[in-house]
Amino acid sequence: MSVWYMLTIVGRDQPGIVADISNGLFSAGCQLGETSMMRLGGNFTMMLMVNCDKTEIEIEQQLQSSLTEHKLRLHIDPIEAYLHEHIIPNMRVSVYGADRPGIVARVTKILQQQEFNILDLESDVAGSDDKPIYVMHIEGHSSTSVEDIERALLNEAQSEIDIKVFPIDTLVG
Amino acid sequence: MAVLPILTYPDATLKQVSHEVEQIDDTVLSFITELEETMRNGPGGVGIAAPQVGHFERIVIVDVSSKPKIEQHGRLVLINPEISRWDGMKVGREGCMSVPDFTGNVIRAERIALSYLDEQGESQELEASGYEARAIQHELDHLDGLLFLDRLVSRRNDLFKRKTYK
Repeated sequence: MSVWYMLTIVGRDQPGIVADISNGLFSAGCQLGETSMMRLGGNFTMMLMVNCDKTEIEIEQQLQSSLTEHKLRLHIDPIEAYLHEHIIPNMRVSVYGADRPGIVARVTKILQQQEFNILDLESDVAGSDDKPIYVMHIEGHSSTSVEDIERALLNEAQSEIDIKVFPIDTLVG
Repeated sequence: MAVLPILTYPDATLKQVSHEVEQIDDTVLSFITELEETMRNGPGGVGIAAPQVGHFERIVIVDVSSKPKIEQHGRLVLINPEISRWDGMKVGREGCMSVPDFTGNVIRAERIALSYLDEQGESQELEASGYEARAIQHELDHLDGLLFLDRLVSRRNDLFKRKTYK
C-alpha cells in the first residue's frame, strides 16, 4: 500500500543533489508530491512529499549512495497528506529593515493575533557583515482586513523596520 | 440553456488557436448565453473564453463588476477582439478554471485599448485598466492557445507596487 512520507534532506550545497535524490526515489518507484528545495546559508535543503509503498528503511537504503556521495543527512516521517488542497492566500506581508533579533517573532505574533494563517514564508539576510538587513515575505490568509493587519503591525514596528501589507486578489479566468 | 463542461489542462485542445467568428447568428448568440451561464456558475470566475468549453471561435466574456471599487465596464461580450495598445506592466496573481488548484504570478499590461464586435455585430472600441485589463488579457490569451502557465513569473523575489488605501 502506498503511503506519504515527508523527507527532509540537508547538506553542504554542491551540484547534482536534486538529480541524484530524485532519480534515486524514481527508480525505487516513489513519486514526488509538493516539494520545497532551496539553498540556505550554503546548505542545500529539501523537503519532499514522497508517495510510495516502501518502508522508511527501504527508502533510506535506496538513497544511501547519493546520501554518502553528497554527505547529506536524511530524515523521514510518515505523514497524513493530501494533494489538491491548496489554500489561496489573500494577503502578502513584506518586511525589511536592519537585521536584529526578534523581527520574525514579533511580526508573526501579531499576525497570529489577527488570525492570519501563514501559508508561505521566505526570509533572507542581505547587506553585509557589518550592516546586515533582514528581508521577509509572508503569504497567507486572514479574514481580518488588510488595513487592520497593517495598522497592528505598524503599531508594533520599530522605526527602522518597513512593513507593508498587500492584498492578493487572485483573478480566476 | 446549460452550463457547459470546462476543459482542463492537460487537455491539448486548450493550446489550439481559435478562428474568427464570421457571422453573428442565432447559433453564436445562443452559444454566448451558454458560455455566460458557465462563467457565472464557476466559483469567482470573472471571465471565460470560448475554447475553455471546447468551442474554438474568438469569443470571450468578461465581467469584473463583482469587484468593488475598481474601474470597469460591467458585462463585456468581446467577439474577434484585438488589443491595439498596451501600456505599463504589473505583476498580479492569477488562477484559471482550466487549471484547478494552482495560482501564480503573471505580468500583464496595466492599461489596454482594444477593438471588438459586440453581440449586434457592431465594431466597438474600449479602454480598460487594472484588474479588468488583466482579465481581458487572460481571456484573450485563451484564443491564442495560451494559458497563464505560459506566462508565470517566479513567486519569489517578485515586486509588487504599493497600493494606496483610501
